[in-house]
Amino acid sequence: MNITTSEFFRTRRLVLKGAGVAALIGLGVVPFDVPQALAAANDKYPEEAFKQKTEADAIKALYGKTAEPSDKVKMDAPEIAENGAVVPISATTTLADVTSISFLVSENPISLIASYKIPPGTLPSVANRIKMAKTSNVTVIVEAGGKLYSAQKEIKVTVGGCGG
Amino acid sequence: MASSIRVRATSNGDTTEVQALIQHPMDSGFVKDAKGEIIPPHFIQVLTFEYDGKPVFVADWGGGVSKDPYVKFAFKGGKKGDDLKVSWVDNKGATDTTTAKIQ
Repeated sequence: MNITTSEFFRTRRLVLKGAGVAALIGLGVVPFDVPQALAAANDKYPEEAFKQKTEADAIKALYGKTAEPSDKVKMDAPEIAENGAVVPISATTTLADVTSISFLVSENPISLIASYKIPPGTLPSVANRIKMAKTSNVTVIVEAGGKLYSAQKEIKVTVGGCGG
Repeated sequence: MASSIRVRATSNGDTTEVQALIQHPMDSGFVKDAKGEIIPPHFIQVLTFEYDGKPVFVADWGGGVSKDPYVKFAFKGGKKGDDLKVSWVDNKGATDTTTAKIQ
């Protein structure tokens, strides 16, 4: 039931966006950058990647390739998280042509936490707060120039945030 | 009802830094309540920031993002007084939108 309504909503939104572009074309005032912007907005929510239990499966479902470790990907995270329900983590990179940044926690029931799309002009740096069930490796994946780069760090959790 | 989205966008001339705080339970579907029953999943799936009609940042989220989520990013450009549109949709199809002025 939930899935049906959200899918309906998304489809309707796509249709509306399409209609908007059609109207612009009709008026003959298509801004140069519309197709790219629209493509970024219309990228579907990666439903499958958010169902995968393991980190490797989630990366595969999200990107269809594997990442190589890189010291150009920097993660800022605590060594020890006292409260696993709220772990502040940020990531930044010096790599060029970054198109997305994703966060994964290998010991969580669902490994993928968040995936951020970085359009051209947006800085490759994100801060957010995530949940951790227990002590685990946290991985940041940076997609840059079509390739994947990663950084990993173990964060110790004293009180879990997922198991209840 | 007041908006679920609190957003602050600050321009320093070259770039605009954006911080957003959203009120949402972000239930993962793995936590049990006091009676031992599973709290069904209820989380924001897509959060979009638009400036000048174009997305400048899109977050795809799962249930692993903390309750009342916070996110921070920055983009090049953006002028003081311009609008930044923020909207989210969750896994139940609920949605909210707000527009903030860049400061």
